[in-house]
Parts: sequence; structure tokens; C-alpha cells
Amino acid sequence: MLFYFFKRIGSLLATLVVASVVIFTVIEIVPGDPASYMLGLNASDDTVNALKAELGLDQGRVMRYVDWVGGMLQGDFGTSYTYRTPVAEMVAERLTVSLPLAGYALSLAILLAFPAGLFAASRRGGAADTVIMGITQLGVAIPNFWFAMWLVLLFAIKWQWFSAGGFPGWDAGFWVGMKALSLPAIALALPQASILARVLRSSLLDVLNEDYVRTARAKGLTRRQALWGHALRNAMIPVLTIIGLQFSFLLAGAIIIENVFFLPGLGRLVFQSIAQRDLIVVESVIMLLVFAVVMVTFLVDLAYAWVDPRMRRSH
Amino acid sequence: MAATTKSRFRNLVPGAVLVCIFFGAAVLSFFYTPFDVEKFNIAQRMLRPDAVHWLGTDHFGRDILSMLMVGARTSLAVAFVAVSIGIVVGVPLGLMAASYRGRWLDELIMRGNDLVFAFPALVIAIMITAVFGPSAVNAIIAIGIFNIPVFARLTRGAALGIWNREFILAARVAGKNSVRISVEHILPNILNLLIVQGTIQFSLGILAEAGLSYVGLGAQPPTPSWGRMLADSQTLTNLAPHLALFPGMVIVLSVLGLNLLGDGLRDWLDPRLRRE
Repeated sequence: MLFYFFKRIGSLLATLVVASVVIFTVIEIVPGDPASYMLGLNASDDTVNALKAELGLDQGRVMRYVDWVGGMLQGDFGTSYTYRTPVAEMVAERLTVSLPLAGYALSLAILLAFPAGLFAASRRGGAADTVIMGITQLGVAIPNFWFAMWLVLLFAIKWQWFSAGGFPGWDAGFWVGMKALSLPAIALALPQASILARVLRSSLLDVLNEDYVRTARAKGLTRRQALWGHALRNAMIPVLTIIGLQFSFLLAGAIIIENVFFLPGLGRLVFQSIAQRDLIVVESVIMLLVFAVVMVTFLVDLAYAWVDPRMRRSH
Repeated sequence: MAATTKSRFRNLVPGAVLVCIFFGAAVLSFFYTPFDVEKFNIAQRMLRPDAVHWLGTDHFGRDILSMLMVGARTSLAVAFVAVSIGIVVGVPLGLMAASYRGRWLDELIMRGNDLVFAFPALVIAIMITAVFGPSAVNAIIAIGIFNIPVFARLTRGAALGIWNREFILAARVAGKNSVRISVEHILPNILNLLIVQGTIQFSLGILAEAGLSYVGLGAQPPTPSWGRMLADSQTLTNLAPHLALFPGMVIVLSVLGLNLLGDGLRDWLDPRLRRE
């Protein structure tokens, strides 16, 4: 276990280092110099150069890379070119929207997917299974932003139960904030729930064919007892992987939904920063997201290795 | 047996029919559309569906059915090329990794895969289109990059299983090198899997293209695209819901069609996966 642990840590660090180099290099290619972009067309060369020096853009590439990575290791993500505020603060502020939204959407997805997947698997081939699989097939095919548009049209414009967009901030109260995140969370949850329900169902069906489930049935357990007592736990492995991936996806992938609802989330921060050539923000936020994805995968892997000794050897 | 045959084509037929309709519409749009999609006709704007404009007109008076047909071209082409990039690059990588299994090249390819997977796909797609400018070509590249590890990983996993089989040993005894074995024996045996995955990635590509053009980073005006039609309709949903209804429906139906086709092909091509 210890060897496995260190091996995984090693590959995790290697991934992060390579990812940081890739991000830095791609951002370097971006056309448009941030300093001239900020100062506009009429700025003199002197002014541009002065600003470049102030932003640290006059240094060599290697120096700037080292500065960037060194700063991040100390929690300093640089200073936004556009807003002149620390990137770390901007990210922290956006996370107060993105994290709850991702959590909200994922909870909804799990709440919908588990009963649906379990029910479909336990009644495999029956009418309920067919209906649930049909609905999830549709759920996977519906673009979440299109679904979001109808949610807005019905619940915000027609019935006016929710606001059509924007976020009042958590200062306005917990429930007010949650209410503002409800429509976006529902829109995000629909495809995720469909995927999760399908994975859970097929994983359960695989496990139900295993010998130990037959043994459990043979010793007198009902189908339902075998499902809950033996099959579900073993069917959870692929399901947990998907949940881990979905969480990291929701953190950044909400970008389009954030645009539909005008939510000040992390995805929208990246989107706006790219448009404003605020490259240090783009760089740092993408690095942070890669870090989140890699960490979630690492933790999920570790959880498997801990639960299932066979996993430690397969790597 | 009758039940098996029935369930065998339950997904395949509707899937194939839907996919044929969309491909047919895209091809037809090169020769014929009911109206010219680049001509504005403000007097005829936002008409409800009627006998002349079957699906109504948009806020510039353009015929929605015609726009959807031309939009199908963009969507299908972007998704198709993106999947092809994934296959052309990913499959050889996967075959290589499998034939060098356990050695450094395998390790390098697989870690490279993990690296691409670690990037949030949509954010990178947005970054690529922002760096090189929004266009259909850049959308293809952005979506294509994320198809590479999908195919590399699938190919490697499936190929590893085939490498352990006896007929591979026979081929090696016959003196074939690993490249020939990969191409002549491994590839034909995993082709089914690749076709099935290809249709699934195709449908994901359509969704991704729609999302990118929705935020303005896909095909640029005046080229009609399903995603941008939705973006244009957004402020008008209250006045003319049909503007948002039809483009969304064609996205759903084409993605659904491809997914059904993928499921159907899997059941049809690989009887072992079919459960009684």
C-alpha cells in the first residue's frame, strides 16, 4: 500500500509539472500583448514598457515561469492585469458560487440517479426499466443550456417562481442564495443524473451476474436482499469514478450554464479573462482546475486501493 | 429467439433512421434548401410555422427549416472531423502502447493520456478557440484533441486482451513483427469497439459544437449553426418559443439517433455483450 501510495504521488506531481508547462506555453502563444491591450491603441512605447516592467512581463520566459509556479506554491496566484487585484482573492470569491453550485447539482444528480438506477436494475427488462432507460437516453441527449432556457422561460418568466439569472450573494441569506442556484443546478443535474443512472444500472447488472450474488441467493437471500447487501457495494466502483469526474467537470464545466444565468462563477471568470487578455488569471485558474481534477482522481484511486487490494497491483 | 431478434434491432433501426435523416438533410442542403439562408426578409420575421415556412422564420425572416438543414452540415462536419482526429491519432497510439505494454513507451503514452484528461475539456476548448480565434476549424481542433485519449485508452485496453490470445502467438512464431501484428490481427479484432465508441464520441461532438457555437466560439455568421440559432433565440423565447424549440430538438434528435445507433451497433456486432 505504501509503495502504491508513493508511486501515485510521484505520477501526480509529474502530471502537475507537465500540465503547468503546457498551460504556460499555450498562454505564451496567445496573440496580443497584455500591456498594450490594457493601455489601448494610443499608448506610447514608454508607457507600455513601464507597465510591462510593473507586471513582470519584461523578464525572460523561464524566469516568468519560475516566478509563476513559485508564487502558486506559496498561495500567490499573481495579480490580475485588468482588475489589479490578487487572483487568489478573485478565485476565492468565484468559488463561493461555483463550489456550492457543483455540490448542489451533483447532490441533485445523485438523488435522482440512485433510485432510478436501482429501480431499473432490480426490474431489468420490465416496463419500469424501459421507461427509465428511455428517459435517461433523452437526458443524455438534451444540451443542458437548451434545457436551461426552458427552465427560465417556464419558472422565471411565465410563473415567476425564480429569478431568471444573477446571484444576490450569500449575504442575502442562505436560502436566497440556494434559490438563485436552483435552476442552474437543475439544468446541470439532468444530463449528469442520466449518465449516473445508466452507469449504476449497468454496473449493478454486471455484479448481479457474479458467482457471489448467486451464492447469496442460494443461501436464501431474496433478490432484493442480495441487491442491497452484496451487489450495491461492489457496483459502486465505476459509479464513484463517474461521481468524481462529474464533480470536477461541474466545477469548471458549468461555464455555459453560468453564461445562461449570468452567474459569477469560476467558468465565467475564465471566459471573461480570456476575452480581456487577462492571461495571468486564465493561467492560474486553469492550473487550479487541473489540480482539482488530478486530486479528485487521486483520492478516488486511493479509496479503491484502500478498499480493494487487487487495485494496488493493477497499476 | 424472436424476442432476441426484436431487441437486437430495437435501438439499431430508429438510430440508423434518425442518423440517415440528418446526414441526408445535410447533403441535400448543398443542392437545395426551401429558402436562401443568407437572405434577410424583415417583413416576414418571426413567423409561426405555416404551409410556406414549415418551421417558421427567425428574427431576420430567414426560413428555419433551411437554416437547420445548412446547420446540420456544420454540426455533422465538425463532429465527424473531430472524431476522425481522435481515431487517426488515438488508435495508433493505443496500438503502440499495447504492443510495448509495461515498457516506458506504454507508460509515456498512458501518462500523456492522463495529462489530457486532467484538463477541463470545455475550458480548454474555449481557450483554444480564443487563442486562435473563433471558427469552425478551431472548434474541430479543440474537440478533436479530447477525442485522442479516449480512443488511445480504449484501443490499448482492448488490444491488451487480444495480445494474450493464441493466434497472436502463432503470428509471432510465423515471424511477423509487432507493427504487422497490430495492423493485421489486433486492429480487425477491436474494430467493432472502435465503431461503437466512434458513434458515441460523434454525438458528444455534436453537443460540444452546439455548446461552443452557443457561446459564440464555433462557426461564425453567416454560416448557420444549431448552437448559435439557440443563442440568437434566447432573448426571444417569450415572444417566439419556436425559435428555441426547433434547433434544440434537432440537436436532441441527432444526439439521440447516434446514441441509439451506437447501442444498436454494439448489440449487433458483438453478440457476447448481448444479454439474453
